[in-house]
Amino acid sequence: MSNRLINWFKYASPQSFYPLAGRMIPWFWGLAAIAFAVGLYIGFFVAPTDFQQGEGYRIIFIHVPASWMSMFIYCVMAFWAGLGLALNTRLSSMMAQALAPTGALMAFLSLWTGAFWGKPMWGTWWVWDARLTSELILFFLYLGFIALTSAIDEPRRADKAGAILALVGVFNVPIIYFSVQWWNTLHQGASVSLTRAPSMAMTMLLGMLVMAFAFWMYSIAVALMRVRAIILEREAHTDWVKQLPEVQGAR
Amino acid sequence: MNALLSVIRRDLLLALRRKGDALTVLFFFVIVTSLFPLGIGPEANLLRKIAPGILWVAALLATMLGLGRLFAPDHADGTLEQMALSPSPFGLLVMGKIIAHWLTTGMPLVALAPFLGLLFDLPADALFLLTLTLLIGTPLLSLIGAIGAALTLGLRGGGVLLSLLVLPLYVPALIFGAGAVEAQIVGLDASGHLSLLAALLALAVFFAPWAATVALRIALE
Amino acid sequence: MLTAHDLACVRGDRTLFSGIEFSLAPGEWLHVQGENGAGKTSLLRILASLSPPAAGEIRWHGRSIRELGADYRAQLIFLGHHGAVKEEFSPLENLLFAAHLDEVPLCRQEAQAALAAFGLRGREDLPVRFLSAGQKRRALLARLAVRRACLWILDEPFTALDVKAVAMLSALIERHLAQGGIVVLTSHQSMPLPKGKALSL
Repeated sequence: MSNRLINWFKYASPQSFYPLAGRMIPWFWGLAAIAFAVGLYIGFFVAPTDFQQGEGYRIIFIHVPASWMSMFIYCVMAFWAGLGLALNTRLSSMMAQALAPTGALMAFLSLWTGAFWGKPMWGTWWVWDARLTSELILFFLYLGFIALTSAIDEPRRADKAGAILALVGVFNVPIIYFSVQWWNTLHQGASVSLTRAPSMAMTMLLGMLVMAFAFWMYSIAVALMRVRAIILEREAHTDWVKQLPEVQGAR
Repeated sequence: MNALLSVIRRDLLLALRRKGDALTVLFFFVIVTSLFPLGIGPEANLLRKIAPGILWVAALLATMLGLGRLFAPDHADGTLEQMALSPSPFGLLVMGKIIAHWLTTGMPLVALAPFLGLLFDLPADALFLLTLTLLIGTPLLSLIGAIGAALTLGLRGGGVLLSLLVLPLYVPALIFGAGAVEAQIVGLDASGHLSLLAALLALAVFFAPWAATVALRIALE
Repeated sequence: MLTAHDLACVRGDRTLFSGIEFSLAPGEWLHVQGENGAGKTSLLRILASLSPPAAGEIRWHGRSIRELGADYRAQLIFLGHHGAVKEEFSPLENLLFAAHLDEVPLCRQEAQAALAAFGLRGREDLPVRFLSAGQKRRALLARLAVRRACLWILDEPFTALDVKAVAMLSALIERHLAQGGIVVLTSHQSMPLPKGKALSL
């Protein structure tokens, strides 16, 4: 038991996590590539054409997983940031900062594909649909986190301030989502919901799940690459970084 | 409790010595609301319909304008450090500052709102409800804003950053606040909106001063 | 009894100082010296429990100040660069509010007497922004006389003071030490006080 505990703490230090992350990255890229290939194949060739919405609906294979991931990543980010604040572990805070750009990208993808979907469906690029609106606000929350952490020069202060913002945000996301939903029903907005297609075929659900897995693996791979960069940047003055072959090679 | 009252009294006295600051916020509120009819056109029906939203958005922006002065002057002259070092709980003192901030910016907005509502030809009961929602809503705005103000304390471009952090968090307050008045205008029951707004306020009273206090301690490190 | 053990301070990726050790018994004082940017103010802020040290520990009568929390804060007074004096308020109002924050009972007469002792008689009710820099410092230092704190942490207390005020403050510090107080201060002047320790950063 105590042995395993020590093992965990060993990987909580940037120095030992850096090479571990380097070894894990290719695996996650590989999984992401396979899942993308399978998911896109299901999405484009296996899933039947929707009798109401035609071929245009296929964009949900990107749109829905991206929306899921954007919300999921925010929770994961808040978790790491909170852990960093509570236990004062540097690596967790770095992880939170590495996740933020990917989360923002997912939120942006979801908005963009939502607009692409809206044009053929409703004849307009944007509808104030409850999901799209809360996605937009989530996107703003990501931007706020990134802007705050990059405006603070002192890394530890940036970590802690970002953690508070992420925690406040993660408690607010459900409230925002609920309030937007409420607002939408009051104003009788768009009645067609993106994910509530009239009859969701089994293959469609499967395609979405595979795509969600692909996005998930991609996010991990990218976040690990970014966390490695952050470690190098912050630990640049330490001896172990100076002795890394990639650092010495660059000199 | 003594320390809390003393902080409130001090901040009110300070606001009295610098009346300009509080008045700027009020003028901003008035000007922003009166710009909308100029941009949209004087059609009475349309204006009556969008009045709650306009007044709420204007109140939200005006509150945000005042947030920059919530902690920054005390941070600049070292008072905030002394508060953090006081034997009284820092959170209590921060709460005192938030209350004083609401008394000097939020409450005047609430008092002014019904008169601005008259410009949009709102009926009497809608005016009453508007004032009530702002009375519940503006403390909520001050509380949430305090977290943002504490997080951006002493940063470059803090003002713009503050709006980016705080405005998304203001969305629920805006929806329930403006929604209540709109619901009543179209003849629906507004009590659901009101109770949700009050619930948000209760949550914020509980958590926001605490989060702001932690953020302030980080900023002081 | 204030002891510091193996203190370190890191700003960004620069280590300002490390391995700082000292211990001060009642009646002793510490003169923190160093060039600009050596971390004097940072050290004082760490001692005042405003910021945590990157490494090491501070003990007050044998107990860690992090555990003591408010009990430690109640026994110290920290006067930093800025002064914590509001320009819009008079010295009297500033002093009374500071006493409220410190939870020290202070009536108007006592406050006036303290300000008069610092040479601010007749200026108690003038807003501080009409006072000179030296008078502003005096208004700030009057807190030392009012607040019954055991540990004084003073960042450059002698800046902007004239000869008379320097002598007055030195006498005040001397009396505090004689009564068993502890003082930590930074200053570019040499201090003719007994029982002093020096720490160079």
